[in-house]
Amino acid sequence: MISSYKRGWYSENKIKSLYGFLSFLLVLSGAVSFCNVYIPRESPLHVEIFTITLLGKYLCLAILALSIDIVWGYCGILSLGHGAFFALGGYAMGMHLMLQIGDRGVYGHPTLPDFMVFLNWSELPWFWVGFDSFWFALFCSALLPGVLAFVFGWLAFRSRVTGVYFSIITQALTYALMLAFFRNEMGFGGNNGLTDFKDILGFDLQSDAVRVSLFLCTAMTLSVAYYLCFLLMESKFGRVVLAIRDSEERVRFLGYQTEIYKVAVFVFSAILAGIAGALYVPQVGIINPGEFAPLNSIEAVIWVAVGGRGVLYGAVIGAVLVNFAKTRFTALFPEEWLFVLGALFVLVTIFLPRGLIGLAGDRPSNSGETSRREF
Amino acid sequence: MRRGPPELLKPLLKFESIKNDHFPYVDVSHSVGLYVEGLTVTFDGFRALDGFNLYVDDGELRCLIGANGAGKTTLMDVITGRTKPDSGEVYFGQNINLIGKTETEIAQLGIARKFQNPTVFEHQTVLSNLELALHGKRGIFDTLVGDFSSDDLDRINEVLAIIGLKDRIKSPAGSLSHGQKQWLEIGMLLSANPRLLLVDEPAAGMTRGEAERTAELLKDLAGDRTIIVIEHDMEFIRSIANKVTVMHQGQMLAEGSMTEIKKNPSVLEVYLGEEY
Repeated sequence: MISSYKRGWYSENKIKSLYGFLSFLLVLSGAVSFCNVYIPRESPLHVEIFTITLLGKYLCLAILALSIDIVWGYCGILSLGHGAFFALGGYAMGMHLMLQIGDRGVYGHPTLPDFMVFLNWSELPWFWVGFDSFWFALFCSALLPGVLAFVFGWLAFRSRVTGVYFSIITQALTYALMLAFFRNEMGFGGNNGLTDFKDILGFDLQSDAVRVSLFLCTAMTLSVAYYLCFLLMESKFGRVVLAIRDSEERVRFLGYQTEIYKVAVFVFSAILAGIAGALYVPQVGIINPGEFAPLNSIEAVIWVAVGGRGVLYGAVIGAVLVNFAKTRFTALFPEEWLFVLGALFVLVTIFLPRGLIGLAGDRPSNSGETSRREF
Repeated sequence: MRRGPPELLKPLLKFESIKNDHFPYVDVSHSVGLYVEGLTVTFDGFRALDGFNLYVDDGELRCLIGANGAGKTTLMDVITGRTKPDSGEVYFGQNINLIGKTETEIAQLGIARKFQNPTVFEHQTVLSNLELALHGKRGIFDTLVGDFSSDDLDRINEVLAIIGLKDRIKSPAGSLSHGQKQWLEIGMLLSANPRLLLVDEPAAGMTRGEAERTAELLKDLAGDRTIIVIEHDMEFIRSIANKVTVMHQGQMLAEGSMTEIKKNPSVLEVYLGEEY
């Protein structure tokens, strides 16, 4: 006899793994920051600021992986264009940082960024207006990917574009955006993108304190995003989404308008990706059209596959581990990384269909048994 | 043959709270449950349905039989909005035109369908399968903040008792046996509490005893709901139907009680003749 919804639903294990993951993440990032700030440089326990920034970057990419896991692992939509939402969020933040440079640019123009002066533009284009406000830029870094995902998702899902066709048009989307952003006339710095940032909210971006703060912000954002994804996927909404993944037609016959659910998940995911991009740009110091490259989006999908899709921490673990491997590997053999990545994907698909977390014998949170699904 | 639901089921079938009025917009004042006229569906020149007519009274339990390719499943596809017909009319009650509506809209009108193969959500628990089917609002905000009401809980508990899966509520549906999946799907129909039920081969894969229970259940549900059953199992049909429609090559071949059907010469020739 079930007497209460919640009691019938959340299993102790899920709650435990949620809090376990969040405390692990926050304690670890707190400890790493502490080791950087308070432990003297001579001590072996000291963590270099370089490492902190690198970790911050990984955590941004983990948010991106989380957003892909939501649409792919939970809703069965394989998006190969999530890099576009990430890059759009990044550009929104980049525009703000660009305007913060003020007259410290090479040309010393009081309001215009260097590349606009170079292009002989006399005033800021209309779409740059407002980006001198940090909060407006942050808002846009969530809004723009959200709006794009809404329009794109609505058109695609309403026409019942699914499976590999959807994946291909998402690739086309990110490729088209890449070509557009490469053009100087677009007003986003063209080939060079946006860079040479000086400060954020009045603090020097190069200072260690700001870098540690950005890292901690990223860790907290990841925690909040993780918690939101957990709530979403443990609600009835999440169960409808899982049902859509497994048999969309059946869900339609139950009276759910599946395309609306898919659009909602897609938009939520795009917003997460956009925020990840906004956190990424101040930490790496540059955003250029290369971020829109189709390859980036595919790589992000591989992180999720390697970590384990359909499980939130699988995505996070996959993103961190694969990027760590990438950092190491590209330092040693820069040319071979893509082969390694490809091989990794093939091996994981064949031998670990549930990803690395499958090794731990942990079942995907809502699956009974593994089954072969069409992407 | 026993009449009425078995004693065991009687106290459990308390659906008085939601009877004929739970889909108030369906006008059944002239006791029309479903009205299908001149329905034609062609697939690449093949006429799956060819000017098919079907009139089902409100509250009736109707059986559809016919050989493979007779158009039974196509008919269900048209009624549920999955297939668009070339011509013809389909009315739910006497006021709701189903042609041109989407699967979702039709489902929300209170038309539920049980598929030939049990299609439950294998990766989700029994409870969550029932929850997804539960009669109620279907919007994203409803499901984001929604919770079981006490009526919902009563209903789910009733359904669980009927389908006999009470101790399996937290098991993934994929771990159930074939027969249990059939029952789970029937349970999903019950929790959706539809006005019109389309049931495709409910007894497939069930033991004789289970099939009998299913037959009793369907008989008990009819009256408040209109039910259309597709079935090949003649024993099963004999145990539930007072009226049978025989389909052949997309047309209605004969209609009447089982005894009448069995005497009908054209039926004997094209359908029963092959099996008997």
